[in-house]
This record gives sequence, structure tokens and C-alpha cells, in this order.
Amino acid sequence: MSAVIDSHGHAHGHDHHHGPRGGIMRWVTTTNHKDIGTLYLWFSFIMFSIGGLMAVGIRLELFSPGLQFIDPDFFNQLTTMHGLIMVFGAIMPVFVGFANWQIPMMIGAPDMAFARLNNWSFWLLPFAATLLVLSFFMPGGAPGVGWTMYAPLTVQMGIGMDLTIFAVHILGMSSILGSINIITTILNMRAPGMTLMRMPLFVWTWLITAYLLVATMPVLAGAVTMTLTDRHFGTTFFNAAGGGDPVLYQHIFWFFGHPEVYIIALPGFGVISQVIPAFSRKPLFGYASMVYATSAIAIISFIVWAHHMYTVGMPVTGQLFFMYATMLVAVPTGVKVFNWVATMWKGSLSFETPMLFALGFLFMFTLGGFTGLVLSIVPVDIQLHDTYYVVAHFHYVMVAGALFAAFSGIYFWIPKWTGRMYDEKLGQIHFWLTLVFFNMIFFVQHFLGLAGMPRRIPDYALMFETWNAISSIGAFGMGLAQLLFLYIVVKCIRSGEPAPQQPWEGADSLEWTHLPTPAPYHTFETPPVLK
Amino acid sequence: MRGKRVIPVLAGLAGLAASGGAHAIAWYFQTPASRMAQDIDMLHQYVMWLIIVIFIGVFGFMFWACYAHRKSIGHKAEEFHENTTVEILWTLIPAIILVVIAWPVTKVVIAQKDTTAADITVKVTGYQWKWGYDYLKGEGEGIRFVSTISTPRDQIEGSAPKGEHYLLEVDNEMVVPVGKKIRVITTAADVVHSWWIPAFGAKQDAIPGFLRDTWFRPEQIGTFRGQCTELCGKEHGFMPIVVRVVSQDDYSKWVGQQEKASAAAGDRPGEMRGAQELVARGEAK
Amino acid sequence: MTLREENLRLSRRLAIVALGMFGFGFALVPFYDQICAALGVNSIVKRSEAPRNTQIDASRTVTIELDANAHDLPWRFRPLVNHLTVHPGELATVEYEIVNLRGAPVTGQAVPSYGPQRAGEYFQKLECFCFTQQTLAPGETRRMPVVFVIDPGLPKDVNTIAVSYTFFEVAGRGGKS
Repeated sequence: MSAVIDSHGHAHGHDHHHGPRGGIMRWVTTTNHKDIGTLYLWFSFIMFSIGGLMAVGIRLELFSPGLQFIDPDFFNQLTTMHGLIMVFGAIMPVFVGFANWQIPMMIGAPDMAFARLNNWSFWLLPFAATLLVLSFFMPGGAPGVGWTMYAPLTVQMGIGMDLTIFAVHILGMSSILGSINIITTILNMRAPGMTLMRMPLFVWTWLITAYLLVATMPVLAGAVTMTLTDRHFGTTFFNAAGGGDPVLYQHIFWFFGHPEVYIIALPGFGVISQVIPAFSRKPLFGYASMVYATSAIAIISFIVWAHHMYTVGMPVTGQLFFMYATMLVAVPTGVKVFNWVATMWKGSLSFETPMLFALGFLFMFTLGGFTGLVLSIVPVDIQLHDTYYVVAHFHYVMVAGALFAAFSGIYFWIPKWTGRMYDEKLGQIHFWLTLVFFNMIFFVQHFLGLAGMPRRIPDYALMFETWNAISSIGAFGMGLAQLLFLYIVVKCIRSGEPAPQQPWEGADSLEWTHLPTPAPYHTFETPPVLK
Repeated sequence: MRGKRVIPVLAGLAGLAASGGAHAIAWYFQTPASRMAQDIDMLHQYVMWLIIVIFIGVFGFMFWACYAHRKSIGHKAEEFHENTTVEILWTLIPAIILVVIAWPVTKVVIAQKDTTAADITVKVTGYQWKWGYDYLKGEGEGIRFVSTISTPRDQIEGSAPKGEHYLLEVDNEMVVPVGKKIRVITTAADVVHSWWIPAFGAKQDAIPGFLRDTWFRPEQIGTFRGQCTELCGKEHGFMPIVVRVVSQDDYSKWVGQQEKASAAAGDRPGEMRGAQELVARGEAK
Repeated sequence: MTLREENLRLSRRLAIVALGMFGFGFALVPFYDQICAALGVNSIVKRSEAPRNTQIDASRTVTIELDANAHDLPWRFRPLVNHLTVHPGELATVEYEIVNLRGAPVTGQAVPSYGPQRAGEYFQKLECFCFTQQTLAPGETRRMPVVFVIDPGLPKDVNTIAVSYTFFEVAGRGGKS
């Protein structure tokens, strides 16, 4: 991490230069947005690895019909924890890592608005993650309820469920505090001349995402708290015996759950909106439309939640409303895809690793978006709900979508962060391996869902054998490919080629145009003057 | 080239599936056994073709740009970066396409919810981990039984070869007459389950303490299999559903047999037993 | 005012708001009951008044399918008929029978459910064992009526209503037995 080296990058006479203190305490007490960004990124990689191991365990059992390695109860625990760890421990924190590193530099601010709060927002996460992982070692093990934690199944679980509920509270708190920080920073600390409509789109997507987080994380907290009280304090929110209703839980959860998936996707959109123009050497097409489209997606995301619930028995008018609203979200999403392609059109393209991942994102996020359109159609969803078609859909948008965007961003910005270039050849190999193995895992799962294989089952009927075997082989390959990624990152940090001041010809946001490479520990202590 | 591989791979896999041997590699909806399942299949194909055309169009542009607008062949970037007309067009046209999709879909949504005027009403109760069937109204009224997976444990554990209907077979099948409208009322005794037969296009969650309903009209004689589709605990993957559709005559015969058997077991007509008793009965079988 | 004083004033105000919200959470318990009563939203155990309009709509009939579930209770619970046909506006009575199989007194609460759900609004109960908890002595058999009328406002496209009662054991605090 080159931020250790305090290269005195600002050109005026103030003499408050001090490097960060050394050792563990540096990382425990840092209030520097670059350090905290680094913490988030490494934390998310560790969680990604743990969640990935669980996925490999799941796919190992699903390799062939029959129960070979894992009993059904533990299988349910693995699927639950895989989901919770990946969503809350990997994919959300990685983008918070990007937010921390990039937002201040991109708006010309010296740091986040609440630097100490920033530190606490991060350090909540390892505690929450520990609670989650600890649940495996409790009597009864981790809860086997799916990451969606439907009632009243959750009422039957052991103490692992309560640990999970507390972990979810802490994770939510971290997100809310971080979002308050991000909103305040963006609204108050932009350099003079940086109007909202001049901000890089990445900053816009995080502004919108932060509002989504503040609005929805408390709803999740409500749902799991009601589960906690139903479990232990005699309430009957989700129990008909006391006048409650299990479907109430589903409404509350999905009112959070749907904006949540846009919380995951939107920062990825932001990264792509930085990478594609840079490697097309052409400005982002339709900047204003992109801002409006992202806002429209965020607003519409609040009125579509029951498309996760078409089969609970809601009245037909409800099904129709949610279907129309869900189809509607395809319009602004399509606008964004068209704008990205139009950015590339008649540009001057090069295909370094960040661009490869961005193109992979574009192609496969759109594919996932289309299967989402298929699922929004109520009669078709009646057949596909709770089958592997849904599993395929959300892995396309969250892995081939958000994760690819994260990889793209890491390769793109690692020179700015470390002052060193990653190995381009190895980066390309990582891309191709990930692309091929990802599709091997998940493309065939569409077939499984169409053919009738339900989700969350450890064993299956014989007609599903072939695709499951292929999918499992893909999983092993994809897992190994990510070890290559770790190697690339570590090798870059330790011994990568020193990066030029402008490694990417077409990149034009403030961190590239106004700051040295690597970025110094403190940047923009005096705001830049923008023309 | 990037991503272009997916389409030939898809074609190859489709070919593989189509040429699948005695045990065909299932990759698409099961053969529809009801008009509704047929309608759903048609809707799906309609949407899929639309999507494929749009997808090829959009990514045709992207791949063309990757090929013809590369820096390495000397292409210079142009300056344009906004165009309001184009933005309006590619907002309105997709919106119109969505209306074109929603129009035929709406009729099917409404039809799928219309459970009125059923010939036979069957109440289906989800248990951890089996199904209970109660014929409430219509011919066969009063018949009730529990349906549990009948795949032997040693097949699951791998010490015996797996049978043809591995994990999709039960001791007592739900029997209905062909061509009649069957209304299925679902409820559950413990947690949320979901009752699903793909060949009929009928899926309905079973919520404890509440009634929900759906319907199907089987158009073919045969045996149709489905599974529980809502995570309900440890054995969620081991509570299948089997519906046997028979001719009207065979159905009347089956009804007669069931009524004789239940009279012999001393059941009173119209009786509803608690979960404990039903489970005990089922386990005693 | 100095910055420190301003901050203190703001903190005090925020603390009052936080305490107020906390108190609001407690106050919600009686509020909820009152709001439901005022809006008529507690239809599940609402006892309807005798209908002012005793006009029977002889032009249509509605089939009522009766269902009974003893959720986790050691009871035998059944309707004495499986279904009946009524005219909207017509007063009807059905009987249910419960038998306590356990050798100890058991208390249960019946919760109704309707298919289609919206029909519940139009299923007006004048008399129902679901209004109160039922305690049965060991081995006791009891027959209880439900007196109801279908509101003639029932939408024309609904001609079958499934009415289901599920008995849950009342075991002190907590619905889970």
C-alpha cells in the first residue's frame, strides 16, 4: 500500500506532514479515507473467500444426485450463510471500499465528512462477520432458513438464528452510518465549481445508493427484530394464532430486499460509467440521462417488492400492479445500457483488463436483466419462482454484474492506490477464466429452473443430473480463478511495475488529472480550482 | 471474441439436449398437460424471442464497436456525447415494447386467478415434511390421506441404485379425473410450504393459519410430479407431489375404493383430524 | 451563542426527540387497538351487527365450503356439513364439533381464513366460537354454531367462499406451543 509513503504531493508550505503511525494500531484507529477504503476492500475479499468456500461446498454436494457429503440440515445452513456473507460481507463492503477511496478524491475533498464515524462504520463489520460465522458453532448450527429468513421457519431455529439477527443489525448500522457520511460528504464538500451535474457518475450513483440504504436498512432491522420478538418475547407478528401473518414478514423483508439489490447494482453502474469512457477515450454519452435514469431506477425500486411474492396468494390486482411496475424498471435500465454502448460507439477503444471486465459486465448484466424481465411476467413466474432460474438470474446480475464491476474498478484504480501496475497478461487470464467458468456455473442453471428444479434442495431428481454436474465443475474452476486474482493483487502491491502518472489515457476525473500516482496519504487539503 | 462464444455454446448445448438419449437432458418446461401450462409456455416463448432480437441488436452494436472502433487499428474517437432525440427514442420504444408484452400477459394473469366454478375442490395441507390431501367438494368428497415420499433411504444414501422417479414418488397419490376443473385450497400446519405441479402450471404457497387457492384443469391422462417449492426446513427437498390423472370412470372406481377403505378404518365422514393424529396415521402406514 | 452552547442545545433537542420516539413505541400498543377499532380493521374477530337490510338476494346463490384445522391441538375438529348454499342476505347457521382427545383441559383460539381473501369482508358473523377462546375439559365433545350472513354487496364474480377455521392452542404467552 503506497499510502504508507507520504509523498508530499501538495504544493504549499504547510508543515503538518506526518505519515500514518505504524503497526496494527494504525489500522485500528485510522480516520483516513484511503486506509479505511483499503480495510473495506480486504475485508470484503476475505468474506468473498469464505462465502466462496461455502458455495464450493454446496456445489460439491450438488455434483450428483444423492446425499454424499453434507446432510440436508447443514446444506440449508450453507446456503443461508453463503447468501448472507456474500450480500452483506462481500459485495456491499467492496463498493463501500470504492466509495471511501474514490469519493473524496473525485470531488476534490480532503476526506469524508465524518472521519471518525467512518472508522467505526468499518470496524463494526468484522464483529458482525464474526457473529455470523460463530453461529455455525452454536448448538443447532447456523440457521438454515435461506438469506431471506422467512417466518415462521425462523421461529424454529436455534440460537444461531439470534446471532444472525444481531449480526444483521450491526451490518445495517454500519451501512446506515456509512451512508450518512457519504451523503454529507457529497452534498457539502465538493470543490468550488463542482456542481452536482459535473460530478463523476460514480459519485452520483453512490449518492443515490446512500439514500436507498438509509431508507431501507431500518426496514430490514424491523423485520428481523419482529422475528426476534416472535422467537423469544411472545409476540405473534408472523403467527396466525395471535392475529399475525407469515406473509407480513415477506412484505417487510422484500420492501427492504428489492431496493437492496439496487444498492448492490448502482455503485457497480457507477464504476462502469468511469471505466467505459476512459477506455473508449470518449466522454460518457448522455450524462444527464444517466443521472435521471439512475434516480428513476432508485425510485421505482420502492414499488416493485411483491414481484418476489407472486405465489403467496395476493389478489390479482396486486399481481398486475407489481408486474407493470417491475416491467417499468426495464426502461431506465435499458437507457443506461444504450448510453454505455453509445459511449463506446465511434470511440477509440482499447481492451485492458478493466475494460474487459466492464464489457463482460455490460453483456452479462444485460442478460441477467432480461431474465429478470421474464420473471416479472406473473404466469411465467408461477412456473419459475423458487427454482434455479431465479438463482441463475440473480447470480448473473450480482456476480457477472456487480462483481465484474468491482473487478473492473480494482484493476482500474489499483495504480492510483498503489503506484504500481498489475500484470496485464495475468489480469486478462483472470478475466477469461472467470468469464468462462461463471457462465459454466450459471448459464445451465436457467435450464434447471425451466425443467423444474426447485431451489434450496440438497438432492434432486435424475433428470437434473447433467446440468448440475456441469455447474459444479464450473464452480471449482471459478473458485480457483479467484486465487489467481489474489496473486495478481499481492504481486502488484509488492513488486508491480511503477505506474506512470497517467496510466489510462482516457481517464479524466479529478483523481487522474489533479493528483499524482500513487495518490498521497492526504490529498486536496486545499480544494482544487476547477475551470 | 469476447462473449460471442456464448451463442455457439448455447446452440451446442441445445443440440446436446435435443439429442439426449433415453434419459433426455431436461432443459425446458415440462410438456404441458393443461391449457394454462401451454399458455404459459407460449407467453415465455413470445417474450424470449423479443428479448433475443433486442439482445442481438444491442450487442451487435457493441461488438461492432469493439471490432471497428479500436485504437489499435487507428480509429480516432469522435466528440459527440449527448443527443436528446435519441434518448427520447430509446426511452419510448422500450416502453411501447413493454406494453406489447403486458397486453397478452394480463389476460392469462386474470385467468390464472379465477378459481370459481370448480368441479372438485381439494384442500392440500403442507406439513414438515409431507402433504395432506382432503377432498372437500365434488365427487370423492370426504376422502383424505397423507402423502409421503416413498423413495427408499438407501437410494438417497447411495447404497442402492436410484429408481426412475427418484425423489418424485409418493405412497398415496392425489387422483383427479381428466378434463375437470380442480380447485386446490392450500394451507399449512407449521411453516410456509408451496405446492407445485410444473406440467399444470399451478403453484401456490401454503401459509400456516390461512387459506389460499389455485386451480388446474388436467387435459391429459397420466402421472404428473412436482415438489415443494418453499424452503421449509431440513427435508424441504424430500416432500414431492404426485397427481395421477385418470378417466372419469377410473376416477369413480378409485373414489369407491377409497371410501370402502376409510369406512373399514372407522373414520367418520367430514372429520378433520389434528396434525398429530394425521402424522401418526401416516407413519403407521 | 458559542459553538459549544449551540451544540449542547442541539444535543438536548435531539435527545428529547429520541426519548419521544421511544415513548411513542410504547404508546403504539393502545394506539393500535384504538385505530383498528375506529377504522373497523379487526374484521377477523369482529362481531357484526344484525343486518339492517334483511333483503335476501334470491337472484344468486353462494356456495360456502367449510374447512377446519386443529393446528397442533389434540382435538378432533370438523364441520357437521362440508358445504352449503345460501343467498346473500340470508341468515344461515352451521355447526362445528370439537372433541378434546387429551386427558387434560385444553384451551384453543380459532382463527378464520377465507378463500378468496376479499370475500372475508362480506362474510358477516353474528355468532361465532372464534370470538372467544374455547376451553374443553378432558374428553369433552362440544358443538358450536356459527351464525352468519353474506353481505349482498359481495362482488358478482364470487360464487364460492371457502371458510376455514384453524384452532391454535393458547399456552400462556407466545403462540408457539
